[in-house]
Amino acid sequence: MSVIALPRPEAATRGWPRWLVVFAGRKIALAGAVLMAMVVIIAALAPIISGNPTHMDVAARLSPPSRVHWFGTDDVGRDVWSRVMYGARLSLGVGSAVVVLSFAAGVACGLVAGYYRHLDNVVMRVMDGLMAFPAIVLAIALMASLGPSVLNVVIAIAVVYSPRVARVVRGSVLVIRETAYVEAARALGAADLMLIGRHVLPNCLSPVIVQGSFVFAAAVLTEAALSFLGVGVPPYVPSWGNILSEGRLYIQQAPWLVLFPGAAIMLTILGLNLFGDGLRDLLDPKIRGLSTERHRAS
Amino acid sequence: MKTYVARRLLALVPVALVVATVAFVLIHLAPGDPASIIAGPDATAADVQRITQQLGLEEPFPVQLLHWYGRLLQGDLGDSIFLRKPVTAAILDRVEPTLLLTVFAIVIAIAVGVPAGVLSARHHNTATDQTVMVAALLGVSIPNFLLGLLLIMCFSVWLGWFPVAGYTPLEDGILSTLRSLVLPALALGLVQSALIARIARSAMLDVLREQYITAGRAKGLGERAVVYKHALKNAMIPTITIIGISFAILVSGAVVVETVFNIPGLGRLIVSAVLRRDYPVVQGVVLCVAGVYMLINLAVDLSYLLIDPRVRYQ
Repeated sequence: MSVIALPRPEAATRGWPRWLVVFAGRKIALAGAVLMAMVVIIAALAPIISGNPTHMDVAARLSPPSRVHWFGTDDVGRDVWSRVMYGARLSLGVGSAVVVLSFAAGVACGLVAGYYRHLDNVVMRVMDGLMAFPAIVLAIALMASLGPSVLNVVIAIAVVYSPRVARVVRGSVLVIRETAYVEAARALGAADLMLIGRHVLPNCLSPVIVQGSFVFAAAVLTEAALSFLGVGVPPYVPSWGNILSEGRLYIQQAPWLVLFPGAAIMLTILGLNLFGDGLRDLLDPKIRGLSTERHRAS
Repeated sequence: MKTYVARRLLALVPVALVVATVAFVLIHLAPGDPASIIAGPDATAADVQRITQQLGLEEPFPVQLLHWYGRLLQGDLGDSIFLRKPVTAAILDRVEPTLLLTVFAIVIAIAVGVPAGVLSARHHNTATDQTVMVAALLGVSIPNFLLGLLLIMCFSVWLGWFPVAGYTPLEDGILSTLRSLVLPALALGLVQSALIARIARSAMLDVLREQYITAGRAKGLGERAVVYKHALKNAMIPTITIIGISFAILVSGAVVVETVFNIPGLGRLIVSAVLRRDYPVVQGVVLCVAGVYMLINLAVDLSYLLIDPRVRYQ
C-alpha cells in the first residue's frame, strides 16, 4: 500500500488541472499512461510505419528478423512487424468497443437494479448466473453459437463483463439513493428519470471509470486468448492472439512468432494495469487495496 | 451457523437455474436453424432431420427448456453429435488431466504466492518488497498461454528438460504424469501466485498494524511468534478468499493452457467441439465447469466458518 505523496504546489504546475498534477506525480501511473500512449500511437500509425499485414511472400516464409522483415515472417511469409502493428489496432479496437458496450449494458442494469428495488432480485440473479461462468469459458461458448468475427468477439466479451460492471454500479447506486440530496430532489418532485440521470448516475461514475481500465485489460486478454484458441477473430485478421497461435506450431523454428506479439500483449496489459492502479488511487482513495483486487480477480 | 450454511445453499438454486438456462439458450443464439448450422453446409435434408430430432428441436421453445431441466436433473447431458457417445462419457474421459493440472497449479500458486506475500510484508518498503512486487506486477500482466509458450521455449526447446507438449496419463506412472504437467502447471500457477502474493502482502500489512500485534511485541514475543502465530492466521482470511477465486480462475485457465501444451483435457474438448459445432458437448463442458466454479465459491464461503469465528456467531 503506497503512501499518497501530496503534490507540492509549484510554480510550473500552476494552472494545470489538479487531477493531472496528482496523476503525473505518481511515477508508476505515469509510466502506465506513457505505455498506453505508445500503443495508441502505434495503432494510429500502423499503415504508415508498416507494410501490408496480409501480403504473403511465400518465398520468404519463416525467415528470421532482418532489415527487410524487422520481426521476421510467419509460415506463409507475412511480415510479423506489420501484423504486430496492425494487431495493436485490433486489440485497442476490441478493448474500447467492449468497454463501451459492457458499460452501456452494465450501467443500465446496475441503475435499474439499484434504484428500483423490486427489480433488484430478478436483474441481479441473472447477473449472478452469468458471473457463475468462468469468463473465458462463457466467451468460448458464446463464440460457438455466434461464429468467428471481430464483432462477435466484441459481443461475446461484452456479455461476459457487463454483469461485473452492473454489480459495481448497483453497489454505488444503493448508497447514493439513500443520500440526503437524492431525498431532497425527490421531495421537490423530481421524476425518477431526472433523479437517476442528474443525481445518481454522475455520482456513481468514479468507481465505474476505475473498473473501465480493468475491463479494457480483460477484454484485450480475452480477445488474445480466444484468437489463440482459434475461436476468436478469423485467422487472416492480424491479431496478437492469431500470431501466437501460429507461433505455437513453429516454436522450435521461429521463436520470433511468439516473442514479438507476446511482448506487445505484455506491455499493453502492464500499461493498462499501471494506469488503472493510478486511476484508482486518484479517483477512489477510500477503496484502495483488497476490495478492488477482488473485483479484478473475479 | 446452520442458517448461514442453509442460506448459502439456498442462494445456489436461482444461480444454478440461470446457469442451466444460459447454457440452453446458447444453442438458440445462432442466427438461423440450429440443426442445419450444426449439420454444416454439405449436409443432406436427412442429416438435418436427424439432428433436429436428436436435439428435440421440433418442439416449442418452452417445452424444450422444460425437457432440458428434466434431463439435467437426471444427470443427462445428451449425446455428442460428432463423438457419437453421451456427453457425460466424453467429459469423464477428459476430466483426469484437467483436474490434475488444476490441483498441481494451485499447489504451485499457494507455495509461491503466500510466502512471497508474507516476505514482502515483513520487509515492507525494502528492496526485497519492491522486487517481489515488481515480479508480481509482471505476473498479473502476462497471460497464462503466453507464459506457457515462453516456458516451452526456455525449458523444452533450449534446455530440453521437459517434453515440448503432450500428456502422460496416470496409468503410465504418476511421476511421468507429473513431469508432463510441470510446465503447464507452472504457466497457470505462477500467474495466480502473483495475485495471491499481492493480496497476502496487503492483508499481512493490515494485520501487522493491529493493536494486538503491538501488544504481542510489547509483552516480549519474538518476531517469529508474532508473525507466524498471530498475524499469519488473521492475514489468511482474505488470502483464502483469493485462493478460492484463484482456484476457480485456474479451472478456466486450464482450458486455455491445455491448448498450448496439447493436453487432452476438458479445454481441448470444448475448443474442438466449438470448431466442429458439436453444441451438446459445448453445453456439457460449460455446465460442468460452471458447476465446479460454483462449488468452489461455495467452499470458499463455507471455509469462513472454520477460519473466521466471527462468521460463526452471526
